[in-house]
Amino acid sequence: MEENKHIISLLVSNKPGVLIRIALVFSRRAYNIDSLVVSESNSPDFSRMTITATGNRKTLVQIIKQLNKLVDVVHAIDNTDKSIIKRELALMKIRCDADKRADLLMLINACKGAAVDIGEKTMSFEVSGPPDKIDAIKKIFEPYGILEIVRTGATLMARGDEGTA
Amino acid sequence: MSTTMKKGAEILIDAVHKEGVEYIFGYPGGSAIPIFDALLDSPIKFVLTRHEQGATHMADGYARATGRPGVVLVTSGPGATNTITGIFTAHMDSVPIVIICGQMPTFTLGLDAFQEADVWGISSPIVKHSYLIKKIEDIPRIVKEAFHIAQTGRPGPVLIDMPRDVSSKIIDPIGISPNITLPGYRIPDKIDQKDIETAAKYLSEAKKPIIMIGHGAIISKAYKAISFLIEKMRIPVVNTLLGKGCFPETHELNLGMPGMHGTAYANKALEECDLIMAIGARWDDRITSKADAFCAKAIKIHIDIDPAEINKIIEVDLAIIGDAKEVVEAINVVAKKGNTEEWIKFVNKLKKQFPLKYKKEGKLKVQHVLDELYKLTEGKSIVATDVGQHQMWTAQFYKTSFPNQWISSGGAGTMGFGLPSAIGAQIGMPERQVVVIVGDGGFQMTMSELATASRLKLPIKIILINNNYLGMVRQWQNIFYENRLSGVVLEGNPNFVQIAKGYGIKGFFIKRSADVRKVLGEALKYNEGPCLIDIEVEKEDNVYPMVPAGAPLSSMILEPPKKKTNKSTGGA
Repeated sequence: MEENKHIISLLVSNKPGVLIRIALVFSRRAYNIDSLVVSESNSPDFSRMTITATGNRKTLVQIIKQLNKLVDVVHAIDNTDKSIIKRELALMKIRCDADKRADLLMLINACKGAAVDIGEKTMSFEVSGPPDKIDAIKKIFEPYGILEIVRTGATLMARGDEGTA
Repeated sequence: MSTTMKKGAEILIDAVHKEGVEYIFGYPGGSAIPIFDALLDSPIKFVLTRHEQGATHMADGYARATGRPGVVLVTSGPGATNTITGIFTAHMDSVPIVIICGQMPTFTLGLDAFQEADVWGISSPIVKHSYLIKKIEDIPRIVKEAFHIAQTGRPGPVLIDMPRDVSSKIIDPIGISPNITLPGYRIPDKIDQKDIETAAKYLSEAKKPIIMIGHGAIISKAYKAISFLIEKMRIPVVNTLLGKGCFPETHELNLGMPGMHGTAYANKALEECDLIMAIGARWDDRITSKADAFCAKAIKIHIDIDPAEINKIIEVDLAIIGDAKEVVEAINVVAKKGNTEEWIKFVNKLKKQFPLKYKKEGKLKVQHVLDELYKLTEGKSIVATDVGQHQMWTAQFYKTSFPNQWISSGGAGTMGFGLPSAIGAQIGMPERQVVVIVGDGGFQMTMSELATASRLKLPIKIILINNNYLGMVRQWQNIFYENRLSGVVLEGNPNFVQIAKGYGIKGFFIKRSADVRKVLGEALKYNEGPCLIDIEVEKEDNVYPMVPAGAPLSSMILEPPKKKTNKSTGGA
């Protein structure tokens, strides 16, 4: 069956152990979690989670149902085909000798990123945007030699006046 | 010190008592001593078992027989891990039990303290929900939530881990709120009337409908509604292993159990039907076998309270999420009787053509024993079983007629379940006769609970089907592995009558077919305490009919194959 990337949002009780229950649902169906973001919601009793995972659609439908069955999960929703705001932050450390600094700074500016650290032979910068933009930026810097990349994983929010599910 | 001051353990036991709990099954240990101390001052009766697995199956059997939650109390570490098989068994069969584990003090958790196991983590994939109590103030709320979750919606096991410092701490519990807060716990309560009407329309139009009754129908107490539907609409019925007892198997419209070792007429009817409506049944692979070939021509309707069961195994045409009783009652209001008389005639012909049968000559047959047991008890006993060949034969030959009569490990297939579950059932239903059918393999896994049955003088009839083999595995090796028997001979079996005697339990022995009625009759009349009937049966008999795992129902084997059968490839 065809494997796709899915983006799932959850509102869950903010207490220990919730994450393990959620992770178990994915692992039991051999579904790989690509990224996972957890943070407190506007109420301290609940956390928001955004999970990006790869697998087939039929299994995902089952996983969403099983997530919703968990007592600690207020709701779990597949946002894959929905119009939502998706953002991710990435930090990249690039090989950069002193003579290349000006070039790289220009490129970083063009990508709406910001240099955050300059070393003897490296430059680190941050960039944010939709995950596919981060993918594209990664490609731009690959020829220079990416030494490290750390991504937060996607977070999402509903557009307009609609509340985020 | 104010007189209203209480220890955490007392608050816990008070809260459990408030839930109407009459019995707790369990086994003590260091971390649970404060809780056991509090138990002494409570009206709750404690049943000391010989192993924590036994305690968990007893709570399970108690819950299945009474419909009320069973409660287990054990200590930390090995005490808690010994309950895991029992928790899994209850989880697979949606049985409401609450497991309370003593735990090492909170400040030692994760530090490998003596008898400290992360039972919350170990049990998490096989519980409906679980708690680790860290604050004494949370006890009343957590206990209330645990019992609520265990019993409502699709029932299941809930575990409470109770550290010793919390159970030993003292506070004034007055004013602590026991109010439950479960924003993520929803029980489906709105039934879509349009779905009800669609179901009714399908049912009326079907020429060859079948209703499949599962455990959910019994849990929701849908018996009357289902009887009404079946008799009004004249629709033939099959019941799953755990659906036994919802609708009388003696009824002309009941075809008994379908699936791997189901009746031939049930399986053949399923192949022919043009509609199947599952009520609280989850299309288990032991029934559907090759799922995409199952009832291939039929419209499929699925009634279930658990949305996660819908389209999990079988893609259905119509799903109605809700309580089985409410859904069937709603269907009853609108459904108009169709014409099923031709179909009933056909099904009845199948019944005559492919009856359950066995040879009466030769060595003693298990079916003969069960047939006699059924007749002697007039089908009125509560029947518990262990797991294996004897379980399937009992399912075939002991026709159930009332709800909560049948106690058997279905989804988990847990050997060792039989005896302790029967003990729990007898404790919960003291007025009923309880018989338990066990094999010589499974019986020895939890045989130590004979002590519990003996001490409580429970008049359980333990019917030991003794063939000196792990019969079901031997059967698979015989049919699918060229009879290459591996690890199935139970050499070293004890003399079971002597074992019983050692526990002060009356023993009977049967070897000849001619003695079955007499000796079994005598044993059934013995009510001073438990009795054990060791029955030496033909060693190498196989259960038929049989649908090879993963094969379509049409490949059902009705009798011992004359030539070599290919290894099953479709599943386990």
